[in-house]
Order: sequence, then structure tokens, then C-alpha cells
Amino acid sequence: MQDPCQIVRKSFGDKIAEDLRFAVKACVGEENFIDMVPNKSNNYCCGGGGGFLQSGFKEQRLEYGRIKDQQIKATGADYCIAGCHNCHAQIHELSEHYGGHYPVVHFWTILCLALGILGPNERTYLGDDLKEVNVFHPETAM
Amino acid sequence: MAEEIVKIGKNKKSTILQMVKEILPDGGNLNACLTCGACSSGCPATGLEGMDARKFLRMAALGMDEEILKSNWPWMCTMCQRCIYVCPMKIDIPQLIFNIRAMRPREERPKGILESCNMALKNDTLSAMGTTEEDFQFVVEDVLGEYQEAQPEFADMEAPIDKEGAEFFLNQNSREPVTEPDEMVPLWKILHLAGVNWTYGSKGWAGENYCMFIADNDAWKHMVQVKADMVHKLGAKTYLNTE
Repeated sequence: MQDPCQIVRKSFGDKIAEDLRFAVKACVGEENFIDMVPNKSNNYCCGGGGGFLQSGFKEQRLEYGRIKDQQIKATGADYCIAGCHNCHAQIHELSEHYGGHYPVVHFWTILCLALGILGPNERTYLGDDLKEVNVFHPETAM
Repeated sequence: MAEEIVKIGKNKKSTILQMVKEILPDGGNLNACLTCGACSSGCPATGLEGMDARKFLRMAALGMDEEILKSNWPWMCTMCQRCIYVCPMKIDIPQLIFNIRAMRPREERPKGILESCNMALKNDTLSAMGTTEEDFQFVVEDVLGEYQEAQPEFADMEAPIDKEGAEFFLNQNSREPVTEPDEMVPLWKILHLAGVNWTYGSKGWAGENYCMFIADNDAWKHMVQVKADMVHKLGAKTYLNTE
């Protein structure tokens, strides 16, 4: 999971990073959570912040995100959870651009999936491996 | 490596130098930078445009205002604060970056951010995508109604706008109501199951704030004011930011 700079380093510190991990592990299982390095307050910005996504410097933004993509790939994890909107957009693009093609999901998606209340139309960012898993009211697919 | 020899003028009056001095921590001065490079070594923007945080600070300290103002690097630093987090002298480089963004004539700042800010100033929803109060209300009610019917376990789920006395004032990035409304629902479900008393606001619901990124202090202040006024008007206790 990405540690959003705004939520972790700039606002609530390692304490909320621990809380996020507690919640993520409760959903995916302790053994399925792999931290990237460095992490928490020491984690790197993904490059989606500060207006970078809208500034028009796309090439530089993707270059900025290279290290984030490498951190994620080094974990060998199948998914990256992004707890911030800008992080989600940027890391999703990094996953495509650098060919990793790991799905990048909002935390609310994983939490609802774990609770068994994630409907068929709320799965845009899940990978094929989870698209059909534990679908809530599958008959409402659109 | 510098491509050309840098000559430092003796009588240059530097405004950036002054600015750097003002943002140094109490009792510090420019010599407080140890030039250790901890800032640059942990910064993903290092190397972009041939620049890095340490170099940038040294340029400011040396009074190279013209070169600094010409550079687009301040728009590639995300002000993520990792540099100040690891700086042994706590030199506030992100604040320097913000101030330098503000020194560029407004119309010459990156168009994408500028236009998003300008759009947000057009109505009190503060949506950078220009979404109006009516459109937002329509989408939220429409989506909520669909889910209440299709997933009867959530027949009582709420997504209130302007509910008075709610504990939480929740904001919403414009991207969902405009381009992928189904993505609003998982969070609504979580709040419903947790029994959270929350509300959106017809004004100030948009979470994005490009006026901050464009370093327009007056516009930024306006945005925060609209949000704060709405939160106070509704009597919500906590402003919950999903950004």
C-alpha cells in the first residue's frame, strides 16, 4: 500500500500509517500484506501530488514515479492499495506505463470486498482475479 | 554538473534569498544547510530538469533568482515534505517551492492547474470540473436511489446533502460524480454500516484544491473559507477529507 504524503507524513504521521496497515491486514490477511521499502513517513511521494497530474509535464511526472513503480514491483505484491485520490490516478498510470499491470485500488474497494458488500458495478479497478469473487447482488450487473 | 560557469554578482539584491531566510527555523540561518544531500537523495524529483532540492536551495542562497524563476522544476516538486522530514536542520524547501510558484505571473503558471483553479472559482461547489450544486445533487440522489433498490440490504443507506448536525462533513473528489459515480458507493456503504452520521454540502463539497497548487493565496483562502462556512453552517464537527 502507498502511504499518502498528505495523510501520513504531512498530517497524522506514523500512527495513521499503522492504523491503515491494521485495516488493510484485517481485510486481506496478515500473510498477504507486503510493505514496500521505505514506508510510512519515509515513503516516497508517487508524483501525483502538488498539482503534478494537471501541470502538463507528463514525461517528467512519469519519470518522477519510476521509483514508486520499482518499490511496488520489488514487493512482488499482486495489488497496490492507494488511500488517496491523486495517488490512485498516478500509480494506476505508472502500472500501465512501466508495464507492471498490477491493479491499483482504492481502500474502500478492498474493505467492501472483504465485507462481502461489493456489487458488480463497483469493481472498475479490481484485476481479473478478483472481478468475480464474492460479488454482492451479481444480478444487478450493468 | 553545471553546464556553464556560474558567476555570482556582488551587488545583487535577492528577494528569494530574503525569502529563504524568513522560512528558516527559529535561530537558523542559511549556513544551517549542511549540504549533506539527505533532501536530494530521498527525492523522486532529483535529476528532473537537471535540478535537485539541494542544488535549488544553494541557488537561492547564492542569489541566482533569475535562473530559479526560469526553471519549471518548482512545478515538478510535489511539496511532499520528505526533504524537510529528513533534513537535520529542518529547512523548509517545500515552502520555498510554494513561494517561488507564487512569484511567477499568474497567467504564466501551468495551464492545466490554472484552469482547474479558475473553474473552481466559478461556483461555490468549488468543483474543478465545474459541476454545479444541481448536477451534484442529481447524481448523488440518482445513484443512491438505484442502489437502495438494487441492493435491499442498503435500502436505508443515506447520502445526505446539507444535513444539519452531522458529525462529519465529507468532501468528494469531482471525478466520481462526473465520470464514475458507482465509485462513490463503497464509501457510502462503509459509513452506513459503521453508523456514521455524515453529510455532503451543496456548497464546498469538492475535495480538490488546485488554487493551492497554483499558489494563488487569495483564491486558496476563498476555497477554504467557502468550505469552512458550510461546515459551520451545518454544525458538523469534523471535516473529512478523502484527498
